[in-house]
Amino acid sequence: MADTLVETNAPYAIRTYSPEQLKDALRKMFLIRKFEEGAEDSYMRGLIHGTMHLSIGQEASAVGSCMSLTDADKITSTHRGHGHCVAKNADLGKMFAEFFGKETGYCKGRGGSMHIADPSKGNLGANGIVGGGLPIAVGAALSAKRLGTGAVTICFFGDGANNEGAFHESLNMAAVWKLPVVFVCENNKYGMSTSTARSTAVKNIAERAAAYSMPGVTVDGNDFSAVTEAVDAAVARARAGEGPSLVENLTYRWRGHSKSDRNRYRTKEEISEWMERDPIVAMSNLLVAHKILSEAEVAGLEEQATQVIKDAIEFAAASPDPRIEDATRDVYTEGAAA
Amino acid sequence: MNAMTKTELRELSYAEAIREAMDIALASDERVVLMGEDIGVYGGAFQVTGDLVEKYGTDRVMDTPISELGGAGVAVGAALTGLKPIFEFQFSDFAALAMEQIVNQAAKVRYMLGGSVSVPLVMRFPAGSGTGAAAQHSQSIEAWLGHVPGLKVLQPSTPEDAKGMLLAALEDPDPVMIFEHKILYKMKGHVPEGYYTTPIGKAAIRRPGKDLTIVATSMMVHKAMAAAETLAAEGIDAEVIDLRTVRPMDRETVLASVRKTGRLVCVYEGVKTLGVGAEVSAMVAESDAFDFLDAPIVRLGGAECPIPYNPELEKAVVPQVPDILDAARNLAKGRI
Ligand SMILES: Cc1ncc(C[n+]2csc(CCOP(=O)(O)OP(=O)(O)O)c2C)c(N)n1
Ligand SMILES: [Mg+2]
Repeated sequence: MADTLVETNAPYAIRTYSPEQLKDALRKMFLIRKFEEGAEDSYMRGLIHGTMHLSIGQEASAVGSCMSLTDADKITSTHRGHGHCVAKNADLGKMFAEFFGKETGYCKGRGGSMHIADPSKGNLGANGIVGGGLPIAVGAALSAKRLGTGAVTICFFGDGANNEGAFHESLNMAAVWKLPVVFVCENNKYGMSTSTARSTAVKNIAERAAAYSMPGVTVDGNDFSAVTEAVDAAVARARAGEGPSLVENLTYRWRGHSKSDRNRYRTKEEISEWMERDPIVAMSNLLVAHKILSEAEVAGLEEQATQVIKDAIEFAAASPDPRIEDATRDVYTEGAAA
Repeated sequence: MNAMTKTELRELSYAEAIREAMDIALASDERVVLMGEDIGVYGGAFQVTGDLVEKYGTDRVMDTPISELGGAGVAVGAALTGLKPIFEFQFSDFAALAMEQIVNQAAKVRYMLGGSVSVPLVMRFPAGSGTGAAAQHSQSIEAWLGHVPGLKVLQPSTPEDAKGMLLAALEDPDPVMIFEHKILYKMKGHVPEGYYTTPIGKAAIRRPGKDLTIVATSMMVHKAMAAAETLAAEGIDAEVIDLRTVRPMDRETVLASVRKTGRLVCVYEGVKTLGVGAEVSAMVAESDAFDFLDAPIVRLGGAECPIPYNPELEKAVVPQVPDILDAARNLAKGRI
């Protein structure tokens, strides 16, 4: 690591990834943004029922964390999981179809926004239960270790989730059994309306790693390269059999917690300050500064993403609804003892 | 000013009625504290606590971290030692995370300690389907808790009862679990002013009738009432009983009705198998009322699956008015 620093002052991501990979990362960040704007718009137009949790403003954390993963590696995600899905190579049409409750959706219309999963790409799914994914990630890491697959699991969770018992139990087991799992905390300052200052006894959630004898680092979660550098190191450590790590990405959600949020617990100034620190603008600037993309090419990527989302929405809207008779399908495995 | 305004009944929404009960309790009893996630400045996920934090401060309207097991346990410990907590779960589904403290501690501690302590604890659970929130945010789990001796389990269906039962729960020395259907929160109805209680363990006859008995809970009471109106127009006179309390169940009201009508339909939103209707049916089958039955008992409950996201599927997996009509018509015509 020290050697490379001597060679160049370029940020880690620029030094480590090819122009194609970096371009793809920015493309995914645009896709996440446009997906969620499209979802929000569809919701406003009454095309989607239920609620949704948007991660606009957090795109660098999702995409940056998954840079060194392959489809064989696993992730567990959260209620705020659209970004993780896209980062793990999900199909946008199937995501929108799930949003619209269609049979062509990832969960065949049974799950909706909060349950999108794509096991074929190693995405074990979003979760409606805060902290629900933490022990599951540890289980996936246990499988990888026992079966010798070499796969690493990234466990995404929020700052709010770090106060669930499941968080503490999971970190402890992962450490005791030296499992290949990386806990990525997306600290966006609030669990719903409750700030970490009011809910959490430590200043940085990464400090909690010490209690479970694992490395813990806090990084600027809106800085793509900083996220990548920290998570890649943790993934490499996990792959090398050295056990779990905790990475805390400091970020911010621009939108309310969900559709019922009146934003009474934070100020307009705070929101606009963070909007100034748009991770997509920062990533675009980084790639332009290092001559990986021109401004026109950045605009082209954004344009492309807009079109992909438009097509995805059209696909979803034209897809069939599930059949009522199939409501109780898939509760149990077909053909198993009744 | 004029007699009209005076006699007009005051209406509140179900959520406002609950808030009023909590307001009365907070004002009149220092020991009462509210605990839950985002019940302070956010006002609660369903705006039930609303602005109470402004009136009583954060020492009495306490936002907990997202820690259901710990939070519920703190409420149990506080109840054991002099406070009267009202603990709000953000969704009833999250009771699953706190089952240890509810089932192994709150429900049993009095018994285990030979009656030397009590746990005057109230827990509130926003429950039920119909909001598009899918499998982990839509369940009706009253039967899970109804299975536990030591707990009392309520399902008020009207604003008036929501207030009265919460105040009754606060007078009760034992842990009381109140399931509030999310779809009811915005429903308006008459709510008396001031302090009153609605008895725990007493069903309400919402509509007297002679041809058949519909025993319903929570949201299903309203569907049963709508069905009963249609049935009346067809000459079928249904008696609608709002069970109100799942544990302890009002045996007498149900049996008396069945003795009168000879026909019974149970309607509840929880999964049909091993649900509230199973208990109601067994209660009738084990009693002398069984001899009065002219037809088999019919249960209408939730389908044997989690609540799906797609809105049409979501509707299809819980009983709806047409299902109640079908069942009632068949029963009345002796087609079962
Ligand atoms: C066990 C459980 N408790 C409460 C909730 C309701 N809830 C959903 S998201 C959320 C806030 C989570 O905060 P955080 O973990 O910081 O994630 P963020 O929403 O900020 O992304 C809450 C309280 C839930 N879904 N599950
Ligand atoms: Mg958060």
